[in-house]
Amino acid sequence: MARFAMSLRMLARDWRAGELKLLALALVVAVTSVTSVSFFADRVRQALLRDAHQLLGGDLLITADHPLDPAFADEALRRGLAVAFRTRFISMSRRGEAAQLTGVKAVTEGYPLRGRLRIAQAANAPDAEATGIPARGTVWIDERLASALDAAAGSRLELGAATFTVSAIITLEPDRGVSFFNLAPRLMMNESDLPQTELIQVGSRVRYALLLAGEREAVDEYERWAKARLGRGERMQGLESARPEIRVGLERARQFLGLTALLAVMLAAVAIGVATRRYSQRHLDNYAVMRCLGASQRQLFALFAWEFVALGTIAAVVGCALGFATQQLLSGGLTEFVAVTLPPPSALPAVQGVLLAFVLLLGFALPPLLRLKDVPALLVLRRDIGRPRERQLTAYALGLAALAGLIFWQAGDVKLAAYVLGGFAAAAILFGAVSYGGLRVAARAGRRGGIAWRYGFANLGRRASASAIQILALALGLTAILLLTVTRADLLAAWRAKTPPNAPNRFILNIQPEQRAPIARFFRDRGLPEPTIYPMVRGRLVAINEDRVSAEQYDELRTRRLVEREFNLSYMDTLPPHNRIGAGRWFTQEDRARGALSVEEGIARTLGIELGDRLTWSIGGRIFTAPVTSIRGLDWDSMQVNFFVIATPPLLEPYPTSYLTSFHLPGTDAPAMGELARAFPNLTIVDMSLILRQVLGVIEKVVQAVQVVFLFALAAGLLVLFAAMMTTEDERVREAALLRALGASRAQVAAAQRIEFIAIGLIAGLLSAVGAAAIGALIAGRVLSLPYTVSPWLWVLGPALGAACVALHALASVRAALARPPVAALREAE
Amino acid sequence: MASGLTKIVPNGDSTLTILQDIDLAVMPGEAVAVVGASGSGKSTLLGLLAGLDTPSRGSVRLDATDLFALDEDGRAALRQRLVGFVFQSFQLLAPLTALENVMVPLELARRSDARDLARAMLERVGLGDRLNHYPKYLSGGEQQRVALARAFIIEPRVLFADEPTGNLDASTGAGIIDLLFELNTEHGTTLVLVTHDEMVARRCTRQIRLAGGRIVDGEA
Repeated sequence: MARFAMSLRMLARDWRAGELKLLALALVVAVTSVTSVSFFADRVRQALLRDAHQLLGGDLLITADHPLDPAFADEALRRGLAVAFRTRFISMSRRGEAAQLTGVKAVTEGYPLRGRLRIAQAANAPDAEATGIPARGTVWIDERLASALDAAAGSRLELGAATFTVSAIITLEPDRGVSFFNLAPRLMMNESDLPQTELIQVGSRVRYALLLAGEREAVDEYERWAKARLGRGERMQGLESARPEIRVGLERARQFLGLTALLAVMLAAVAIGVATRRYSQRHLDNYAVMRCLGASQRQLFALFAWEFVALGTIAAVVGCALGFATQQLLSGGLTEFVAVTLPPPSALPAVQGVLLAFVLLLGFALPPLLRLKDVPALLVLRRDIGRPRERQLTAYALGLAALAGLIFWQAGDVKLAAYVLGGFAAAAILFGAVSYGGLRVAARAGRRGGIAWRYGFANLGRRASASAIQILALALGLTAILLLTVTRADLLAAWRAKTPPNAPNRFILNIQPEQRAPIARFFRDRGLPEPTIYPMVRGRLVAINEDRVSAEQYDELRTRRLVEREFNLSYMDTLPPHNRIGAGRWFTQEDRARGALSVEEGIARTLGIELGDRLTWSIGGRIFTAPVTSIRGLDWDSMQVNFFVIATPPLLEPYPTSYLTSFHLPGTDAPAMGELARAFPNLTIVDMSLILRQVLGVIEKVVQAVQVVFLFALAAGLLVLFAAMMTTEDERVREAALLRALGASRAQVAAAQRIEFIAIGLIAGLLSAVGAAAIGALIAGRVLSLPYTVSPWLWVLGPALGAACVALHALASVRAALARPPVAALREAE
Repeated sequence: MASGLTKIVPNGDSTLTILQDIDLAVMPGEAVAVVGASGSGKSTLLGLLAGLDTPSRGSVRLDATDLFALDEDGRAALRQRLVGFVFQSFQLLAPLTALENVMVPLELARRSDARDLARAMLERVGLGDRLNHYPKYLSGGEQQRVALARAFIIEPRVLFADEPTGNLDASTGAGIIDLLFELNTEHGTTLVLVTHDEMVARRCTRQIRLAGGRIVDGEA
């Protein structure tokens, strides 16, 4: 106890003397960044667990892209389960001049079987739990639709061929998803009114769902019964698969945030290692003195150990508190569009935070501290005896292993973790090797010239390993900063540039064959360019080269879903612009006569389709087979209508076809779309600019969340910078004093040191520019699929920033050294 | 009491003998000055006598305990109880104030009255108004006073002083030496003092002159 008390006193003294501030800051930054993400993830996990029933709207859900066999509902009723139906699709709703793309949800009595909707009589009015569903002839709308159509309770809305009265505003819809269906404002109606709207027609994209609820055992038994009877495009969702889009989406967000947080941790680890190294360097003599004063090795080690345990605990507590505060920011941003209220977080992330602090201390502060143990007491009498050797990389093995473990755990994906870890290690090794080599060369090259020049370069060579560590740390910190500023801006610009200003901003879906001519006339009459209208047939891929295609063949969830769903097929004689043939040839007369297919290269790769393969399709129960004669490349960001599969026209013409088009509508002609919607009520007119704005809004939120976490990385980077600069400060001050004592002018001392600093800063800045450019290219290529050109600014800013950082910091310390009489500086450095 | 103390260190391929068969007895309360030219082995002898270093041969008995029969931690424990140090370069702990520097030996011995004792001791050496100053804000003379306070705070049986005035100007050095002998007398401490300064050496009860690793004068 007495020993612990003394450790606390030592902690207070070291703190006061400023010896530990950097170390503590690095710990706090690491713990804050990790706990903020963990707290957030923990709350989401708890919310998903708590709300699983509600999020599903029942205990079990069977969804399909076609009306379900009534046998599913009949059997459920027979087993005493509660049953409700839900039908979702996208359509236009209109009120007067205003038209709005709307996510329609038609439900039957009993919906939702679990959880409750909340509704209000007006926007922003107090809400209450809803009883029942909208009465026939009425609809409930959400606040966004209300404001888009300027509608309130009592307003009349048109939907397809029918007219409804708004009877309530929806304020909470627990089973709302985050897919495209759910981005559009909501309109909820009674399913019995659906036929009057005449909206469900050939080619309409409609999701049907049967909701079930009941006693757990009955539900389980029913699940087993139903599972065996699921057909194509039918899927069952239980509690464990509730709202996969949220789960997957949030899991990805957590992964990304987690990895960003780990970047901060890795940088903090570097800062901790560097700062502790300096601490132990400065304490070598103190340690020897205390040995002289009769402290045993064990006593001293315990003293330092307890001091660091206390420091770690305090830093962890502060970090956890800051992490908790930050996670409020994160969850505030992200829950806005997931519409989940989050429960308070558990204590687990705090435990993780404390563990992290100790892993970092143990891994990166212990090795330099262990060195203190080897200090001989004799050091106080004899300056000439060697100081204990620094432990090499092996001492850090524990910390590195722990950090690697953390990364694998956080990434939850071996490949991703390996990328991050490998990238960091490669950068560290590369940066270290290049800077060491560069310094050696610089030292050799700098043998000529004036005294300042020679002395500056001699120092670079003499301190090559210390300088290399500085450069490495500096470069890592600067890389984080450049990534956040220049590279991020470049990536955003590249992304924006992908969408030209005259790109189509409107899609019209659900055009019926007989509406093609009237719609073309509608455009002509208003002096608008006539858009190309593409036919679309929905069909299932049944076999590739006689091998049956089934979802089980594919590992990836996305591919499985793709196979289960109906494809949008089209047919045409000429290759659409913005398509290019990657392999094979476009349809010839011969192909036309025999029937042929052109497949998009991405989907071909995903499904393992090759040129010459014969694909068998099922459309409305009829089967046909045709060979693949070309593989097409597409520009998905062009906002044009794109098809995975295009057939020769004679092949698909006999099947039920709907049509669609996309075009650019100048802002001034926007009212024309209201007229179009009124003239053809069944059309779905998608305003892409609105959707884009929504998507951008979501991205903006995610970016904000990521930025918050990135700030920690930035802070850690700056700490590394600072720690790196501090490592040679003592020596620098003493040397400056020595040179002064030997009669060097202030200008000469400053010049000698300036040369050294600028070289260090330039090398580090150049390395960080390379690092930021490489990571930017990797993100652009692998993640965003964007063409990325490295901004020339990177090559200027990186070195400039590096030199500026080093020079500013170092000149300040030299000035301090020069300001004092040489004797004072020398005495202190003794 | 040292007998047959020999220190040999490797020097490239050969070896270098720094001390050769030193026999030395110091009586309780005695003040012994070790003098000699640079490289004569003074500091090495001091290190061995204090148990900071280990000899190649020979033994040192301190208060009837054979120093080198103990391990390093055993010697440290012995130092904690019996030995005080004063160094040429003061060796104050930079992050600690004057008061805290003096408290350290007591704190290591887990004394609860460390602060009061340290304050009294600093007042005794004339630094009552500098208690909370850091070493870098103290003059050399003041720093050495703090070091003296730290050395005497544990009432050591033996005080080892290594060139205590080596880094000080003549008048400050003389003041420090006066203080050192005053405290030595007050506490009845045995003093072993390494110095270049004949004046300082003459104030001791006995002088031992080292040359080439051997005692050439004042053998006892």
